[in-house]
Amino acid sequence: MTYITKPKLHHPALPKNALGFTRRDYEGAISTLCAGCGHDSISAALIQACFELDIEPHRVAKLSGIGCSSKTPDYFLGNSHGFNSVHGRMPSVLTGANLANRELIYLGVSGDGDSASIGLGQFVHAVRRGVNMVYIVENNGVYGLTKGQFSATADFGSKSKAGGTNNDAPIDLVGMALLIGATFVARGFSGDKKQLVPLIKAAITHKGPAVIDIISPCVAFNNHAGSTKSFDFVRAHNEAVNRLDFIAARAPVTVDHEPGTVEEVTQHDGSVLRLHKLAADYDPHDRVAAANYLHQRHAEGEVVTGLLYLDPSPSDLHDLMGTVAAPLNRLTEAELCPGAAAMDDINDSYR
Amino acid sequence: MPKPLAAVNDFVVKFANVNGSGSASANELFARSILRMGVAVASRNIFPSNIQGLPTWYEVRVSGKGWLGRRGGVDLMVAMNPQTWDKDVASIEPGGYLFYDSTKPMPQSKFRDDIHVIAMPLTGICNKTYTDPRQRQLFKNIIYVGALAALLTIEPKVVEALIGEQFERKPKLIEPNVRAFRMGYDYAKANLAKACALKVEKADTVKDRIFIDGNDAAALGCVYAGATVAAWYPITPSTSLAEAFGKHCRKYRVDPETKANRYAIVQAEDEIAAIGMVIGAAWNGARAFTATAGPGISLMQEFLGLAYFAEIPAVIFDVQRGGPSTGMPTRTQQSDLLICAYASHGDTKHVLLLPKDPHESFEFAALSFDLADRLQTPVFVLQDLDIGMNEWLCEPLSWDARRRFDRGKVMTRDDLEAGKTFGRYLDVDGDAIAYRTLPGTHPTRGAYFTRGTSRDRFARYTEDGGAYTDNMQRLLRKIETAKTLVPAPVKRDAKLKTRYGAIYFGSTAAAMDEALVDLETRGVDLDTLRLRAFPFSEEVVEFVNAHDQIFIVEQNRDAQMRMMLVNECAIDPARFISILHYDGTPITARYITNAIAERVASLSPAARLGIAS
Repeated sequence: MTYITKPKLHHPALPKNALGFTRRDYEGAISTLCAGCGHDSISAALIQACFELDIEPHRVAKLSGIGCSSKTPDYFLGNSHGFNSVHGRMPSVLTGANLANRELIYLGVSGDGDSASIGLGQFVHAVRRGVNMVYIVENNGVYGLTKGQFSATADFGSKSKAGGTNNDAPIDLVGMALLIGATFVARGFSGDKKQLVPLIKAAITHKGPAVIDIISPCVAFNNHAGSTKSFDFVRAHNEAVNRLDFIAARAPVTVDHEPGTVEEVTQHDGSVLRLHKLAADYDPHDRVAAANYLHQRHAEGEVVTGLLYLDPSPSDLHDLMGTVAAPLNRLTEAELCPGAAAMDDINDSYR
Repeated sequence: MPKPLAAVNDFVVKFANVNGSGSASANELFARSILRMGVAVASRNIFPSNIQGLPTWYEVRVSGKGWLGRRGGVDLMVAMNPQTWDKDVASIEPGGYLFYDSTKPMPQSKFRDDIHVIAMPLTGICNKTYTDPRQRQLFKNIIYVGALAALLTIEPKVVEALIGEQFERKPKLIEPNVRAFRMGYDYAKANLAKACALKVEKADTVKDRIFIDGNDAAALGCVYAGATVAAWYPITPSTSLAEAFGKHCRKYRVDPETKANRYAIVQAEDEIAAIGMVIGAAWNGARAFTATAGPGISLMQEFLGLAYFAEIPAVIFDVQRGGPSTGMPTRTQQSDLLICAYASHGDTKHVLLLPKDPHESFEFAALSFDLADRLQTPVFVLQDLDIGMNEWLCEPLSWDARRRFDRGKVMTRDDLEAGKTFGRYLDVDGDAIAYRTLPGTHPTRGAYFTRGTSRDRFARYTEDGGAYTDNMQRLLRKIETAKTLVPAPVKRDAKLKTRYGAIYFGSTAAAMDEALVDLETRGVDLDTLRLRAFPFSEEVVEFVNAHDQIFIVEQNRDAQMRMMLVNECAIDPARFISILHYDGTPITARYITNAIAERVASLSPAARLGIAS
């Protein structure tokens, strides 16, 4: 980490987005993570995605659990409210926040310890309920803050920095997300920002539970030979099924590709996801096939990345509950309280 | 053979049934019919943690004097469960009555010489009239209600009117139920005349009071207070609170035009997630609550510490049951005081509200949201199974048309725009409560990072010891503010000046009211203080200081309220004498009276007169 205070001055020629904000307006406090940490690249990708999507920073709520990953919301979107909750329980806090105000964008930031170990239950249930959120797992296969213990996503047989071997089967959060009904499932790599930024943009505009598992090597404790979450390993085994272009609703859609190699998906807000197929037969709309493909490639020692599954017309928790269009936290006393007038009838019904 | 018990409007009827036999609604019909005669009743379900097959009891205390506590003892046993026959028969007061189904002959050894037997071939009558087995079962219950109405001189018209109201939406069921009721009534009139000297006579003790259970009343309080998010996990005895909230929301919280819901209820995956959702929703400006019981409170500890430290409003209903562990899930206790008052690791202190009956459950439920918003902290409404799951006769609910929600200190967009200084943990008013902002308020001002880690007055992370203690001291001062906002204790002076005091709270109040009258007739005068909240206000300390000996009546083993009083008010423990009742049944006036009278008698005359020896 660095102790240098970030200067507040902007270069006058910094590019501005449609709202007049520069990229700097989406930054947060200076990171306290280790130099070279994959998580900082993810924060940068999030900043880039929000800047490019012209999102008003205060319309985002950032929620996290505990761990290195969960500290990062302090390091981006400084004008957004953030909530660093308790270990493994971000999904429930995010669910409650979402129920209170359906109009904000909910960004859940978690890690592999937070989501695959202590918080596996909450991860599963928030997704299966259909909470409209972007759920990012900054996955490094290791407990960083407590110095190098295996996490539940560490591959069987992988080696720890101290020389130990992991004897437990790994939990694949992408496979899990497919199983429990996530309507947007992707995997990225912190070392591939070009792939990651469009995935995040697509996830933010997706209405429903969007899960992105991002392999994010831990430079301090899990970047050595024998690790399957190191920069070298992931670069060598990254099997991207597609590349994604995100095209905002108002941008003209231009056709510049060979027929059959690209699929365009229009989302509910009008934005278009242009998928360049890399794996010939990969169909991102077939949940079962996606799960099969994932497991087959994993058995071959490959890390599948890209947009793995997408339901283009999902419904979210509010749709399922039939809540009013206005945020619940803005309903007035008159709309909520039956008042003195209703009391006579109520009392009569108990006599 | 002792003389048959004779009483008007003052006796206890107990129904011994099999769980799942449909007896509950028939028994409730019986209790309500007495209320409609203008006579107060106190009814209690004693039920197993089971859906079908195990014994269940329903006790109705008929009290012309209006006593609502459990009396103890049984004057008329309606023995419908062979499994518990021996115990049920043994529990009848000498001279009391045993009403039973005499279709199959019982050996003489199964009865007692000192009770009066009222035999009625219920099964025989049912089998003659009905062929469908379920009908035979259900109507048997209504038939015995008919027989009891005849025996106890309850007006049949009253019962028939109640049946009409009960099946208002299924009018087809009215006639067969009335017919079954009449069958029982006529049989008893013809065959059991003068079998029972317990009578119900019309009176005017009920007045405008209502008959409602505490969970239902608390749920209504949540609706009135504007709660929009409820997250819960099923657990006895709190489940009916969450379900009642849903019922009332479907009636009062649906947009008349769009039919969309002005509320959200989530059945969470566990209690941890339930409180997490409450905290998330309240952080984001909705009024939110959860309902649970002791095991749920155990699970919620970490989150409760977060809400305390990060200062997020939350309302938690703990409907207490017998602990520890799974304990006695369907029995009542007041044993979660400590775990709620000091929930979570580290130094914490939480606000507790202690309703005495469903009327106060409603009041305190509504108040809890104002307090949680004002104090920005978790507020517990501690009721118990006795209040929560039993219908109590209590004052009607009321709502002042001028009443407005107190949403506490929330800085608005205009405040921020006007340049007001925003420090999330900055005590600007001297009441130790800082302003908060809600997510999404202003594009460039007022955002902050909520966390459970130590931070300075402007919500910036710090491990500086001075900043940490500054914050912890402010949290302590906030509790001082809370003392001025929570419901004050209710003090009652004895007719004669006395050196004895008694402190009690919650569902004990009903039994205590009666015990005080009994004690007075036995020459024991007590000033009393009914606690309604924690933290304790100055009045509590004054009350203790004004008396030499204080009885503390509690429904737990370890005298938890006494511990809190000793610690929080720095009182000499020798001043307190604990009266403890914790077998899972509601405390009775008899128990309190005897326990206090014995203790008073054992004190030396000098001590009784307050003379130093």
